[in-house]
Amino acid sequence: MKEQLEKIRQLAEKELSECGAADVLESLRVKYLGKKGELTAILKQMGGLSAEERPVVGQLANSVRQSIEEMIAERSAALKSELAAAKLKMETIDVTLPGKKQTVGKLHPLTATLNEVKEIFLGMGFEVVEGPEVETDHYCFEALNMPKHHPARDTQDTFYINDNVVLRTQTSSVQIRTMENKKPPIRIISPGRVYRSDAVDATHSPLFHQIEGLVIDKGITMADLNGTLELLMQRLYGEDCKIRLRPHHFPYTEPSAEVDIMCFNCHGEGCPMCKNEGYIELLGAGMVHPKVLEGCGIDPEVYSGFAFGIGLERITMGRYEIKDMRLLYENDMRFLGQF
Amino acid sequence: MNLSMKWLNDYVDVSDMPIKEFCSGLTISGSKVERWETEGEEIDKVVVGKLLSVVPHENSDHLVVCQVDVGKAGSGEPIQIVTGASNVKAGDIVPVAMDGSTLPGGVKIKKGKLRGVESNGMLCSLGELGLTARDFPYAIEDGIFIMQEEEGCPTFELGMDIREAIGLNDISVEFEITSNRPDCLAVLGLARETHATFDRSLKIKAPEFKGIDGDINSMLKVEIHNKTLCPRYIAGVVKNVKIAPSPRWMRERLRASGVRPINNFVDITNYVMLEYGHPMHAFDIRYINGAAINIRNAKNGETITTLDGMERTLTENMLVIADADKPVAVAGVMGGEYSGIMDDTVDVVFEAACFDGASVRTTAKALGMRTDASARFEKGLDPQNAYPALIRAFELVELLGCGEVVKTIIDADYSDKTPKGVKFDPEWINNFLGSDIPEAEMKTYLERLDFKVENGMAYAPSVRIDIECKADIAEEVARLYGYNKIPKTIIRGVAEAQLSPKQKFERSIMNAMTSLGAYEITTYSFISPKYFDKIRLPENSPLRKTVIITNPLGEDTSVMRTTILPSVCEVMARNYNNRNPEVCLFELGNEYIPNGGELPDEPVRLGVGMYGGKRDFYDIKGIIDSMLELVGVEDVEYTSCTDSAVFAEADAFHPGRCAVIKKGDKVLGILGELHPEVLENYGIGVKAYAAKINVTELMAEATAVKVYKPLPKFPATTRDLAIVCDETLPVAELEKAIKKAVGNILESVTLFDVYQGKQIAEGKKSVAYAISMRSHEGTLTDEQADAAVKRVLKELANLGAELRA
Repeated sequence: MKEQLEKIRQLAEKELSECGAADVLESLRVKYLGKKGELTAILKQMGGLSAEERPVVGQLANSVRQSIEEMIAERSAALKSELAAAKLKMETIDVTLPGKKQTVGKLHPLTATLNEVKEIFLGMGFEVVEGPEVETDHYCFEALNMPKHHPARDTQDTFYINDNVVLRTQTSSVQIRTMENKKPPIRIISPGRVYRSDAVDATHSPLFHQIEGLVIDKGITMADLNGTLELLMQRLYGEDCKIRLRPHHFPYTEPSAEVDIMCFNCHGEGCPMCKNEGYIELLGAGMVHPKVLEGCGIDPEVYSGFAFGIGLERITMGRYEIKDMRLLYENDMRFLGQF
Repeated sequence: MNLSMKWLNDYVDVSDMPIKEFCSGLTISGSKVERWETEGEEIDKVVVGKLLSVVPHENSDHLVVCQVDVGKAGSGEPIQIVTGASNVKAGDIVPVAMDGSTLPGGVKIKKGKLRGVESNGMLCSLGELGLTARDFPYAIEDGIFIMQEEEGCPTFELGMDIREAIGLNDISVEFEITSNRPDCLAVLGLARETHATFDRSLKIKAPEFKGIDGDINSMLKVEIHNKTLCPRYIAGVVKNVKIAPSPRWMRERLRASGVRPINNFVDITNYVMLEYGHPMHAFDIRYINGAAINIRNAKNGETITTLDGMERTLTENMLVIADADKPVAVAGVMGGEYSGIMDDTVDVVFEAACFDGASVRTTAKALGMRTDASARFEKGLDPQNAYPALIRAFELVELLGCGEVVKTIIDADYSDKTPKGVKFDPEWINNFLGSDIPEAEMKTYLERLDFKVENGMAYAPSVRIDIECKADIAEEVARLYGYNKIPKTIIRGVAEAQLSPKQKFERSIMNAMTSLGAYEITTYSFISPKYFDKIRLPENSPLRKTVIITNPLGEDTSVMRTTILPSVCEVMARNYNNRNPEVCLFELGNEYIPNGGELPDEPVRLGVGMYGGKRDFYDIKGIIDSMLELVGVEDVEYTSCTDSAVFAEADAFHPGRCAVIKKGDKVLGILGELHPEVLENYGIGVKAYAAKINVTELMAEATAVKVYKPLPKFPATTRDLAIVCDETLPVAELEKAIKKAVGNILESVTLFDVYQGKQIAEGKKSVAYAISMRSHEGTLTDEQADAAVKRVLKELANLGAELRA
């Protein structure tokens, strides 16, 4: 019987190793381990053995059964994974075919840029304040130290609704409205549409966007202005960008400055992009004029502050290298889709 | 302001400084250089030559062959040049463009043969050198420039570079001067800035003239009737004037300053205006009736014919210079017809005066004539500068020998001469700038700018009309110290900020719209009133009452929009024209609604537009619906709309495919297919859909805070119902009925099919709903669900709807 058992094990091992399909494996399991299987048949003959032989043969029979069971399990697992692999192989697709398009829209480049600027200033504790676009002469000019007939009004060609109402030429009007309604400390930016009667061309538009900034507190210095603007520019254009301040004149600030950024193209050497200046004009800024503070009921002997005005179009066009401002207002899908 | 560097070097010598360094230095100290231009830059290898012989060309009757001595520029032998000009003869000194030379406009000259005769260059006309007869009055323009020696100029050497020979070698620097610094619209002003910026010595001497004996008071009377508008008027007389071209040095400087030379008298007034920044005026004394000059307000309706030949009607708020009877000049703006210098003028009155800036500005604007003079006066000029300017003019008259100046002058001076002192507080300045500049250094800067610093005060020179307060002194110090040397610090103190609820709501709308596939657009806030017709707004629509721009760029941007809809249509039309096959876009922007007050309301609106693809009404409705869900507006109702009383833009839409959006009795918006006429008006050749949402009103309806509802513990029971009803019955009615009938166990009712066709009777439609029901108390039994369905059917029966057989 021992030999028989050994023979069964060997035969089973051989047949199982050759088995290539699940149904064959099942029939082998029945053949060896089933109720009418070969092993069972041998075990049924156990009764004829001596008391000494019985446990020995029994043990051997169990070990053969166990070994066959293990072999079947092993084979079954192998077959399953082969099957799975074959299935996966069959399911192979061309992953280079295009994906199914999901419709998503995009923000206008001006809004995308503005959102970024807002984030920067919110992080510095500036609130975002809005004001009317159709504005009184008082808030747009007079309170900004530009009485009627002030020559500086010439630099801002104005659309008039009537003698006292204009389309605001700058969001600085919101400065005044804020200072009239809020006690210092004040930290705001005021983005929005502004209007000047410039004919449309590649760099002019009768409507454009400005972001006005205003900080009023005790002990605010021009160094704070420099630092704030540099921080803004570094956040917008990268850590290594350099700014330059130039004295300028705005009736509502003193000292006043225009702020240039070093040309990205030539790094200050001078090239056609920066009209050979090495720098590109970015924004106007300055320390709030004492007369403006006084007009808003803020004592210039106690408080000081700075203000700046950024052209949103200019920074947007710079960021995306847009050469023609008209594209921003034409809203062609082929343009809008690029951002 | 164009500055001649030769002129500047008379007062501050910077001739050794590279022009780039000069320009960037002045830019950084506050006088911004826009560009600079070297005269004759494009001219190369053009030299002075002498014609040795001029003989006719053997094969041409209009060409001549010249032998030209080009001195040191040649090999010693004369060169042969063929020219077509007829004004040349042997002995003439001419500009010679040599072989390989270049002329303005990038013209290159090469040797060649003209009708078989070798020509080794070209003889140049004024035009070919970029000049006109204004620059060289003795020469003609249509012929070769025959050069003449002029007094005070270097003698011509043969072979000499032409630019050096004719003084075409100045550098002209263009400055952008801000309106607060009219003193810098002058060579002397820029000389002062150059001195202050580079700390180079300034050589300005007071002008002088000798004069002839004579009592001006016997020749002229001056009376100022309005001393506020004219604080100073100075006049002098020049007798026996001789009109002639100005000398070359003067013409050169005017040219480099961008001013055309005319004749010695006109040139002197321009020269002094450019040098001192003070406009001058000259009158022919014959045309001053009664030899009286009255500076007075015009009479209402009084007229004057100005130099440009136009008759102008004046009003009483305008200041004029008048003789005994009539105005002879509009003060500070323009002279009268006969007031200038004419060919037969003998005696001239020279005026240097000072007029109120605002008055000149208003007058010039009202008369529609801004002149070089008015542009200067309106910024406010220094009355103390008028005197040296006039004396300088007389000095030049004598220098040019073009008249005899009467020694005595009239100076009607009511100007305030109190020095303008501002507190000089170095500590305050440093605190204000955030700098640490020593007091002595500050004083140096101010003194370089001609301020007097004494007893804690800083006194500005009288030309500095812009200095008024401490902050102005701080700016003077800062700009010479260097704005960029001031440290960069971070604002002290803590501040926190966040977007306002309105800003957050608007941002969430934008996020919702982009996530739903719409592209944001930015359009103009002003539109044409004709656009109201394009969107079929009724004649009596309140939206036709607009904020009107009195000085628009054009009709198409002349009123502020009262509806965002045309802006959206316009962009769709443009995209359609540009052959973009499909668009889905939105704008979040203001409308401007007059409200009877001084300023209009500016409510925020969302405009949406789409066309192309397989879009239909339900696409725009779906987008708006999802957007509303995303921004937290629930339970809105859509009802069909054909009435502009319900929504002003209703007529822009297809009457059968348009819905207003309501929540309760609040109208929040409108959406639908655009009316075929509107599509036609915009030239859109496909169906297009649009919506307008009143964002300001919408925000009030939004649920800011969402509250969690527990997840269900018990399963839902679903019943599908196919209902047959009249085809005209809005399904919203069916839904309402279902909701009412099922009651609080209703979880959702979802429409999944609408069918019309063979199996359904004519005039009917089949609408299929999945009704999901759930109780929070326990699993619903079939009986409970069936009972609910029964209730539904009963309710539907009221609408004439029944279960589909």
